[in-house]
Amino acid sequence: MLAYVIRRILILIPTLLGVSVIVFLMMHMTPGDPAELLLGERSTEQALDELREHLGLKEPLYIQYGMFLKRLMKGDLGETIWTRQKVWIEVKQRFPATIELSLVALCLSCFFGIIFGIVSATKQYSIFDYLSMLGALAGVSMPIFWLGLVFMLIFSLNLGWLPISGRLSVGIDLEVITNFYIIDAVLTRNWAALKDALWHIIMPAVTLSTIPMAIVARMTRSAMLEVLRQDYIKTAKAKGLSKFIVIFKHALRNALIPVVTTVGLQFGVLLGGAILTETIFAWPGVGKWMYDAVMQRDYMVIQGGTLFIAALFVVINLCVDVMYAVINPRISVQ
Amino acid sequence: MLEQLSQLWRNKTAVLGLVIITVFMLTAVFAPLLSPHDPLETSLYDQLKPPVWHENGKWKNILGTDDLGRDTLSRIIFGARVSLAVALVSVGLAFVCGTLLGSISGYYKGTVDSIVMRIMDMILAFPYLLLAIVVVAYLGPSLRNAMMAIGVTYIPRFARIVRGSMLEEYEKDYVMAARSIGARDWRIIFLAILPNCMGPLIVQTTLSMASAILDAAALSFLGLGAQPPTPEWGGMIAMSRGLILRASWVMTFPGIAILLAVLGFNLFGDGLRDALDPRLRD
Repeated sequence: MLAYVIRRILILIPTLLGVSVIVFLMMHMTPGDPAELLLGERSTEQALDELREHLGLKEPLYIQYGMFLKRLMKGDLGETIWTRQKVWIEVKQRFPATIELSLVALCLSCFFGIIFGIVSATKQYSIFDYLSMLGALAGVSMPIFWLGLVFMLIFSLNLGWLPISGRLSVGIDLEVITNFYIIDAVLTRNWAALKDALWHIIMPAVTLSTIPMAIVARMTRSAMLEVLRQDYIKTAKAKGLSKFIVIFKHALRNALIPVVTTVGLQFGVLLGGAILTETIFAWPGVGKWMYDAVMQRDYMVIQGGTLFIAALFVVINLCVDVMYAVINPRISVQ
Repeated sequence: MLEQLSQLWRNKTAVLGLVIITVFMLTAVFAPLLSPHDPLETSLYDQLKPPVWHENGKWKNILGTDDLGRDTLSRIIFGARVSLAVALVSVGLAFVCGTLLGSISGYYKGTVDSIVMRIMDMILAFPYLLLAIVVVAYLGPSLRNAMMAIGVTYIPRFARIVRGSMLEEYEKDYVMAARSIGARDWRIIFLAILPNCMGPLIVQTTLSMASAILDAAALSFLGLGAQPPTPEWGGMIAMSRGLILRASWVMTFPGIAILLAVLGFNLFGDGLRDALDPRLRD
């Protein structure tokens, strides 16, 4: 087991290096060089030259990459072009909002996805099964940016039930401790803020959760169907155990093994989907920040943000793999 | 083969998917004949007309018009062209590159295999859509760059499938036979082994078409894909964001068009998988 974990962590290193190479090369792939990008089209040749000298752009590419990597090792992602802030500080400010949104979306998609999957599998070929699987298929086919706008139109603009955007209403005071508003509100026993934060998170979280929910539901259904066919389930039923116990205690445990991997992999979908969802709902997280950077052509933010998200994603995938090995001992033997 | 076709035919949802895909493709091909108006023609007097079933709707603009007076139905019909082009080009690119890389990787194994697969891992290290967004952000927003970006991010899917099948088929007798009569490597790969890996590849192609349409729409929605005034579904939704209260129909129909087209490919892809993938058959 330990050997497996160590091997997996060692594979992580070339992948992370590769990610840094891709991001580094991308900056150099752009039409014009970084100096031109930073100074804009109307800069003088002399200013460009000085900046190139300053950024080390006159060195050979591999030396530039070495310098880039050295800065990365120190945790230095550079400065943003527009606000002249450290990129790392901006990431840290916005990251909790994205994680909060993604986690709520992940919980929603697991809870409903697994329930729909179980019911569909136990009542295979029933109306419920057909409808929920059609719903799941529609879920993976849905452009979430459109769904978000439709929700907004119905629940905010027409019915007026939910706030249209942002994380907290104006006028609600919240002492920020962790920057996870829900947790902060609970910690400071600020129930008004908690309600407001929850109200704000519902729509973006539901929007973001549709694709993972559909995938989890389909995965749970097929895993459950496979398990339910096996002999030990027949034995359990023959012993006279109640249907509930057979499904939840005997079948679900084994069926959840592939589902756990699927859920873990959905984090990537969530992080990518966050760019769309956060943009629509003006959710002040990493996704919206990246979108704004793309619009303002702030390449330092794009570079830093991409590195950060990709590294996070790779580490999460590693955790999923390790967790998979823990719950399914067969894997580490191979 | 016949048995698989008939199995596919019996699968009602797959047939429904095929019908949707056919309608979508015919719409794209015959767009100029089908659309009632020029999709780019603006009309000062017809701004934000509602669809025909509203009180003020007219048959002239069945699905209404946008803020420049352009006919929504015509723009959606021409939008099918853009989406189909994106799906074909980006998935085609991924298919060709992925199949080549996967074949080389699985056939020659060893160092080549490790290098190719590590590169694929690097591409997969970027979460969904992020790599495409970043590539387009650097190269500059345009439909061509969006197609390329989506294509690149899909390469690993194909490479992994082909590599897996290659490794499996390599051990079989017919490959041994081909080698023993002195067939060249490329001949064995393309004429002997690849035709036997087609099942999963076709399934992956169909499902990738679905996600390519979705991703291209998302990129255009973010302003990174097709540029105005190109009639493109994602771009149409982006344009209508400011009109959401005044004229919700401008936003509604392009979304439904995306949903249907993607659903069609997903339904058909699922049916194909059930019919073609022997591992999934009971």
